[in-house]
Amino acid sequence: MISVYHYMSVSAILFAMGTYGVLTRRNAIVIFMCIELMLNSVNLTFIALSNHLQSMDGQIFVFFVMTVAAAEAAVGLALMIAFYRNRESIDVDNINLMKL
Amino acid sequence: MEILFFYLVALVAVVSGFLVIRCQSPVNSALGLVNTFFCLAIFYVMLHAPFMAAIQVMVYAGAIMVLILFVIMLLNLGTEARKSYLHGIVWSGLASLAVLFNVIYFIKRGRVTGAEGDITDFTVQSVGHVELIGKTMFTEFLLPFEIASILLLVAIVGAVVLAKKEV
Repeated sequence: MISVYHYMSVSAILFAMGTYGVLTRRNAIVIFMCIELMLNSVNLTFIALSNHLQSMDGQIFVFFVMTVAAAEAAVGLALMIAFYRNRESIDVDNINLMKL
Repeated sequence: MEILFFYLVALVAVVSGFLVIRCQSPVNSALGLVNTFFCLAIFYVMLHAPFMAAIQVMVYAGAIMVLILFVIMLLNLGTEARKSYLHGIVWSGLASLAVLFNVIYFIKRGRVTGAEGDITDFTVQSVGHVELIGKTMFTEFLLPFEIASILLLVAIVGAVVLAKKEV
């Protein structure tokens, strides 16, 4: 029998992998995709708990997480295009204007 | 039988998540991410949330990933130069392992409790998932819904302003 703990374990693994990707990759778009991975693992937790507690609230939260992810995709990709226009690269090593 | 299916889907999800963080080419990472999204959609179906699965496939695998692939191809990104920092890998590996162990520890030791609602799997099947979601969203969560629409408007305006050459 599949319990809610199974789903939460999968979600924890995906979240940890997303964290690792955000911290190690240097391509800004890949970092962005790792953030999407983390958001999705949280969505899985929300839906598993909503099913476990027999309530609809968690699934509405997933809706709002998706809204925020869509807004983030639009603004983040526009930022990357603006940055690429200035530096000809989207390597995060080149984003160093505020570095000491 | 169901548990075997669960482990199969979980394995595919984790392996494609691994591809996302390890592939050299951003296009391969994007394809791995699409695969993960589909696996999560299968999980949502198994959790009696078919509408969320449809939204997952349409919004995430459809809209957001197409946007990301579009930008990858627009910027003509090749494979990333293999210059990785050892201290970065060690520290971020430690950080992500700490996150993983913390969460797994809490999952193993804790018990999931909370205020239980009255929406059982039977209700979802007889009333319909979309109807239940709509009823909750347009009564209890009406204000957050309106605020989300303002957020999307601001995101559209912001994206246009950022991506334009001359405003």
